[in-house]
Amino acid sequence: MYPAAFEYHAPASVREALGLLGQYKDDAKLLAGGHSLVPMMKLRLAQPKHLIDLKKIPGLSYIKEDGGAIAIGAMTTHWQVESSALLKQKCPVLSETAAVIGDPAVRNLGTIGGSLAHADPAADMPATIIAHGAEFVCEGPKGRRTVKVDDWFLGLMSTAVKEDELLVEVRVPLWAGKTGGAYLKFPHPASRFAVVGAAAVVTLDGAGKCTKAGVGITGAGIKAVRARDVEAGLVGKNLDQATIEAAAAKAAEGVDVQADLQGSVEYKSHLCRVFARRALEAAVKRARG
Amino acid sequence: MKLPVKMTINGQTTSHEVEPRLLLVHYIRENVGLTGTHVGCDTSQCGACTILMNGQAVKACNLFAVQADGASIQTIEGLAKNGELHPIQQGFWEKHGLQCGFCTPGMIMAACQLLERYPTPTEEQIRHQLEGNLCRCTGYHNIVKAIQWAAETMAAKK
Amino acid sequence: MATVAEDRLFGKSIKRREDPRFITGRGQYVDDVKLPGMTYAAFVRSPHPHAVIKGIDASAARQVPGVIAVYTGEDVKVGGLPCGWMLPDIKVPPRPALASGKVRYVGEPVAIVVAESVYAAKDGAEAVRVDYQPLKATVNPKSAHDKGAPKLFDDIPDNQCFYWTIGDKAATEAAFKSAATVVRQPLVNQRLIPNAMEPRACVASFSPAMGDLTLWVTSQNPHVHRLLMAAFILGIPETKMRVIAPDVGGGFGSKIFVYNEEVVACWASKTLGRPVKWTAERRESFMNDAHGRDHVTEAEMAFDRDGKITGLRVKTHAALGAYLSTFAPLIPSFLYGPLLSGVYKIPVIFCEVWGMLTTTAPVDAYRGAGRPEATYLVERLMDRAADQLGVDPTELRRRNFIPKFTDGTPYQTPVAFAYDSGDYEPALRRALQMAGYDALRKEQELGRKQGRLIGIGVTTYIEACGPAPSAVAGSLGAGAGLWESGQVRVHPTGAVSVYTGSHSHGQGHETTFAQLVADELGIPMEQIDIVHGDTAQIPFGMGTYGSRSACVGGSAIFRSLEKVKEKGRKIAAHLLEAGEQDLVFEKGAWSVKGAPGKSKAWGEVALMAYLAHNIPQGMEPGLEATSFYDPTNFTFPFGAHVAVVEIDPDTGHVKILRYVAVDDVGRVINPMIVDGMVHGGIAQGVGQALWEHGIYGEDGQLVTGSMMDYALPKADQLPMYETDRTVTPSPVNPLGVKGAGETGTIASTPTIVNAVIDALSGQGVTHLDMPLTAEKVWKAAAASRK
Repeated sequence: MYPAAFEYHAPASVREALGLLGQYKDDAKLLAGGHSLVPMMKLRLAQPKHLIDLKKIPGLSYIKEDGGAIAIGAMTTHWQVESSALLKQKCPVLSETAAVIGDPAVRNLGTIGGSLAHADPAADMPATIIAHGAEFVCEGPKGRRTVKVDDWFLGLMSTAVKEDELLVEVRVPLWAGKTGGAYLKFPHPASRFAVVGAAAVVTLDGAGKCTKAGVGITGAGIKAVRARDVEAGLVGKNLDQATIEAAAAKAAEGVDVQADLQGSVEYKSHLCRVFARRALEAAVKRARG
Repeated sequence: MKLPVKMTINGQTTSHEVEPRLLLVHYIRENVGLTGTHVGCDTSQCGACTILMNGQAVKACNLFAVQADGASIQTIEGLAKNGELHPIQQGFWEKHGLQCGFCTPGMIMAACQLLERYPTPTEEQIRHQLEGNLCRCTGYHNIVKAIQWAAETMAAKK
Repeated sequence: MATVAEDRLFGKSIKRREDPRFITGRGQYVDDVKLPGMTYAAFVRSPHPHAVIKGIDASAARQVPGVIAVYTGEDVKVGGLPCGWMLPDIKVPPRPALASGKVRYVGEPVAIVVAESVYAAKDGAEAVRVDYQPLKATVNPKSAHDKGAPKLFDDIPDNQCFYWTIGDKAATEAAFKSAATVVRQPLVNQRLIPNAMEPRACVASFSPAMGDLTLWVTSQNPHVHRLLMAAFILGIPETKMRVIAPDVGGGFGSKIFVYNEEVVACWASKTLGRPVKWTAERRESFMNDAHGRDHVTEAEMAFDRDGKITGLRVKTHAALGAYLSTFAPLIPSFLYGPLLSGVYKIPVIFCEVWGMLTTTAPVDAYRGAGRPEATYLVERLMDRAADQLGVDPTELRRRNFIPKFTDGTPYQTPVAFAYDSGDYEPALRRALQMAGYDALRKEQELGRKQGRLIGIGVTTYIEACGPAPSAVAGSLGAGAGLWESGQVRVHPTGAVSVYTGSHSHGQGHETTFAQLVADELGIPMEQIDIVHGDTAQIPFGMGTYGSRSACVGGSAIFRSLEKVKEKGRKIAAHLLEAGEQDLVFEKGAWSVKGAPGKSKAWGEVALMAYLAHNIPQGMEPGLEATSFYDPTNFTFPFGAHVAVVEIDPDTGHVKILRYVAVDDVGRVINPMIVDGMVHGGIAQGVGQALWEHGIYGEDGQLVTGSMMDYALPKADQLPMYETDRTVTPSPVNPLGVKGAGETGTIASTPTIVNAVIDALSGQGVTHLDMPLTAEKVWKAAAASRK
């Protein structure tokens, strides 16, 4: 409950933040909403010497349409995502996912960038971001670069953002045609993190055939992953119940399922399949309108 | 190294020099002396420290005081105006929404946010929005009733 | 507006008088206390479940800015923490305030750091280096008994503190030999961690000038704290110690006991001559607050051909933890075995309990304390038996109920208790009617055909509370009497201050007790002040636990009210020049029968008692009375609970669809407050059934050591509760009340488990151990599907 001492920095620009990051390197931690970092500091499991608070950098909190995508500033809070009229209209699953993160007070402070950069294996948003095929914009000393979501989550709490970079924006492609999506999870009874969560986004053509499918799984393994085998079982097919079930049956493949107090490998693998199926059922229903 | 912080708490300006590691909840309790905001856990689960910062419910144990520099804060002590209880406070009293009273300030502040966002909440919405606030005494039944009472009272006043 | 009795306040849902301070953030909890010159304590705790302390190096810690002092077990010269309940042949291991030589559970305090700020104290604690030689852990009460299990204390063989039995062994064995049916079930009643929302805290302030010590502490019983600390630990006269338990944020048993931290804080304050404050971090609460339950049991019930119970046999290994907490031996013995008869006529019972040391936090009373363990066992066996005998579970219960006894003749069970009164069938009937039991069974059947797993769980329970006749308690090993004090001081204006040894940490005494006083004296509640929680103000008291406040504390106040009224009547008669027998006391005034207009108001009489200008010859002035009420028996609330659950067959998730509770807590002073306690009790019992579990790994580490891991019930997991009551007044106290604080917890755990097992009964599941986590339920459902 009482963190170790540190020096506090509140840079006023990304450039200034990058300068501090370059200066203090491993001794520094970036502070966004703080809902992962601050509890770790209170338990003294994290003891950064320098804390770089990103909250006072203007221009990192926005949700806007931008060239076929929705651009979300990294410091946009979960509540802003949850309540955004634009997202509700164009990418509702993001809002729905944000609405089940933590609790209302967590959502008021916690940010989409913080969550995706921290990459907690049981966080909700990664599954949805994977299902949407989002992109990440990182800014470093040499400027900006874009990372595809499939290259983002590298391992346990490890992402493609480099030590001298900041995640500044998440870009979610706009839905086209008959598209529907859903994120559903089995929450941990205490922490409310996802024991298993599954997000699905499917696009259908005029004949009802699936032209595009994105399925992300979180919670079960050391990192959120794309359920490629599930997607492969959907594209080019009519998404009747049998097809959905057959595809969802592969939801645990490619997931490095970890046993813990909340479930054995067997149970969590099973939940991957159940929640993939349920998310797909909901997504297809919505896509059909 | 200590840093200056200045914020408005319940309409009063406060300023102190604080260690950066000082949590906002400790600042409010120790430096400002408003002890209605409680600390019930160390992992941001219990919600006993819930306050409003710039109008939004936050857990004051999960912020450093320096992060709140320049902010407008409302705590449980600032809720009643001119000696008149806020309808949510009144609802907790009317409906017996508290027993030991320890979670109550956080519950009430969370309920402020809840009713601002959902002025006519369903029971399910109330329960979902209280996910971040633990009570060990009431079994939540009367807390739900209290918030329903407040919602009705506030709607009638409009 | 004055709250005055138009008729009587007894039985009315008066809004709580304590609430205005809580809803405005002005409650005064221990952590809110701030004294000049305050210092702050942090404790260095063992990271090992079992280890030899080879050395402690505090030199770096002493250099940390702000640190004033560091003390270890070698420095702190106080007596050990005593155990307040002795059983025959019990072995009580020494329990030092700070670990000395060895640590025996994760979180055991090893050293204290005192500093100018709490942040500095924590910095200091982190800088203390302790050299440990780790030893093996033993966390399960059954396996701790095994040959070869690591021993916690050299002179306690097999880690066994006591072996305790109740009942008739030979007769029970005979009953099982001639039984038509025997139902057997091994059961685990898992370890729980109480988690009152307010973490434990203390402020110790020794005055070098006066030589006295004031301790603010999160206590359910400040006088017990004072007695144990002054007489047994600190070795100072009680007159030199004042204990204040101000607003306390929930207890549920965990704040009854004397703990290491307040002892060391007192010693440190005396040593430093400055106030010392300590407030638990939640992770410290998880590690060092006394835990609850933790039984491993084998139970068997015998039946005759008519489905009547003929005997019950129980073997339980109960974990006590690494040391004996204040009342630890009592919980799995006298608060457990005597409850095994439930509401049923059971001719013979034999129960054996092994009290076991484990390398875990101490185990002591937690809401219900022994009675939930007994009730869970009996009610699970009843459901298993119903299943085995092919009878509806409600029918089997009805068949075995003790017949109605409300004429004052107690019912003697084969396990010591003589129940005060009981009428069990109407409560069950009412609960089933509210739930719509027959319709529910049809819905369940229909649901099954559609693949839905709906379950209906029923529990009929008894509970023993309001402890206890002191002589009985003494004969059973209590280190204290279990009466309560109540003092009524009438002020010259007629206003009344009431001093009670009971302590409210959520129970609403300031309202409930004031209702009693207002009724008896006919004065408005606004003129009544209920004072509790301060040893300097209140005569010796025993505190609040075991649902005893209304039955014992309330009765003590009632006795004192009778005494002041008696004296008031004498004064009134004198002033009215009438015979005492000719006076009636109504609406706060004495009047002479048949002489309207000839009366003296309560206030006038009170004033005269203090003016003493005109009181009966030889009477002492003043108007106050003190009573020490010693109950003649426990009270025995009972009731019937019904739960309806639905299981998601895909995930094993249990959703509670309905919860119906019909309780009989005798006469009810404030129904709103009693309902509230029932609600909260239900939630806590549901928590045990479905989510809560204090888990130590085989390596002795506490796995569920935070609110991230230990699942306390949340708002969105619980339904609205449907409650009602039957009223069978208790004949043992003048108020006719019984305890109401623990019934919900005692009943709801088996009710929910019975419902879940009922939902799975179609798949052939007959039992699962708690908590019924989603995975466990899913596996059980899935296994039978295969």
